[in-house]
Amino acid sequence: MAAIKQVERPDIDEGGMGYLQSLPRRVVTVYLPLLVFLIVLLFPFYWMTITAVKPNVEMTDYVNYNPFWVVHPTLEHIRYLLFETSYPGWLLNTVIISTAATFLSLAAAVLAAYAIERLRFSGARQVGLAVFLAYLVPPSILFIPLSVMVFNLGLYDTPFALILTYPTFLIPFCTWLLMGYFRSIPFELEECALIDGASRWQILTKIVLPLAVPGLISAGIFAFTLSWNEFIYALTFIQSSEKKTVPVGVLTELVRSDVYEWGALMAGALIGSLPVGVLYSFFVEHYVSSMTGAVKE
Amino acid sequence: MAVPSVAVQPRSSILARLAESRNALGFGFMLPAAALLLVFLTYPLGLGVWLGFTDARIGRPGIFIGIENYQYLWSDGVFWLSVFNTLLYTISASILKFILGLWLALILNEKLPFKSFFRAIVLLPWVVPTVLSAIAFWWIYDSQFSILSWALQQMGLIDHRINFLGDPTNARASVIAANVWRGIPFVAITLLAGLQTIPQSLYEAATLDGASRWQLFRHVTLPLLTPIIAITMTFSVLFTFTDFQLIYVLTRGGPVNATHLMATLSFQRGIAGGQLGEGAAIAVAMIPFLLAAILFSYFGLQRRRWQQGGGD
Repeated sequence: MAAIKQVERPDIDEGGMGYLQSLPRRVVTVYLPLLVFLIVLLFPFYWMTITAVKPNVEMTDYVNYNPFWVVHPTLEHIRYLLFETSYPGWLLNTVIISTAATFLSLAAAVLAAYAIERLRFSGARQVGLAVFLAYLVPPSILFIPLSVMVFNLGLYDTPFALILTYPTFLIPFCTWLLMGYFRSIPFELEECALIDGASRWQILTKIVLPLAVPGLISAGIFAFTLSWNEFIYALTFIQSSEKKTVPVGVLTELVRSDVYEWGALMAGALIGSLPVGVLYSFFVEHYVSSMTGAVKE
Repeated sequence: MAVPSVAVQPRSSILARLAESRNALGFGFMLPAAALLLVFLTYPLGLGVWLGFTDARIGRPGIFIGIENYQYLWSDGVFWLSVFNTLLYTISASILKFILGLWLALILNEKLPFKSFFRAIVLLPWVVPTVLSAIAFWWIYDSQFSILSWALQQMGLIDHRINFLGDPTNARASVIAANVWRGIPFVAITLLAGLQTIPQSLYEAATLDGASRWQLFRHVTLPLLTPIIAITMTFSVLFTFTDFQLIYVLTRGGPVNATHLMATLSFQRGIAGGQLGEGAAIAVAMIPFLLAAILFSYFGLQRRRWQQGGGD
């Protein structure tokens, strides 16, 4: 909650000395660079969208058709993607795996963050540091030993391989983020509840969690987005076509030897980006504030 | 009233004492997270180091062969090329991300209409799955139908199509550009949050003392921003160094290994090639670089903060 306040600035401060700059100068120093940044950052999305609805004839004929525009938009690529490939199945897999991994990680992270931040058992500081260090361990150095483990545990090519391994990067992050939120909840509330005879469990579920809802939401969105975007584990641990997640499926199944179905590929990339895009646009304020809040800790 | 409470006492006291003990309760609360992390993070980390000393292959547990894998890698030109590529990729992409991200943050910190809209939309490249945006870049970099080549040709700047991913130098520049594209929003938005905590009064005071815009930036903005720059760039360097997805989509390490990073080489040898031991050894070889990168960017910038009298 403290993080949100830091991001929002009182209106009086807004651009304090802006009046010292003349308009032409602002155009050159602010508006023009901003425009260039926006064009560069958003162009790949525009290109994805326009390619997804472009008929194949226009896609490869740059002489008769301007490639930046589409003359006869078509839904053929999207129809092909949704009805003639396993794409809907991949979407479903990704939703199930991301949701399960998110809830598992959130539950574990809430308990851990509360214990580290509020129970203050002996060694809590060291455990907090260890959790932070765990966040710095990248999946690229873990996937080989994890693939051996996943295989030996009989989880290879099952959704559980991903549901159980995603928490390795989700729990450290969520714990770290929630610790910051729990810190902002006044101790006095818990003390009152303790005096009234509440157990620690009751305090957590009835007092701390309701107050930490914004934190839970941002941690949940973060965890969901990270699982949705995960690639290297999904590529390594899943073999059968119908069990793949969207990023892996689009890349490995839609790309055939030398015939690139660019329209279908772009449609797949676009539809795969939409859920996180929509989710995040609803909660963008939480997202930004938690990201910056977490980085500032 | 005293009688029932005495009768209840012995049974509840053990539970009550446990429930009140911070350590026992803390242990219980930590258990789920600790179990998951120990089993799926700490143990594999150790297992990876062990695998690096074995000749394990897919479907066959290896035997201990000492540092043979590392000896082999030491004399392997492709491995050293991947180390060079990783360093080049990390250093150039991080510098570009920092400069462009800081610039974008400074722009977004100005008084603008629709500011929160811009802030939201700028984050998009960072939110969407890397693989999916990389596929869009793949199409943008297509050797025949690249929109970039076409646009530059129309403007008369080049006379033949650019071979973005087929030529070693171009391929390196192209993957770095795609990585920078994805990394700018993260740097910009975190630095923007840092900028917003700098009090306006400092700028007003410096302006009254006759500071120019560059001096304002150099002597007010930069010193106050250094701590958050240190953290942001540490993360940025870490994620860039261990990048896998972008390369795997765009070039798979080619042409002639010119864009192979250590992570992609580790995957190619360990999973695709089945040499688990060798792949694990490459992954383990990343750890010293990672530690060095973290220590360098963290302590390097920390000391500057102290030199500038920013408080410890």
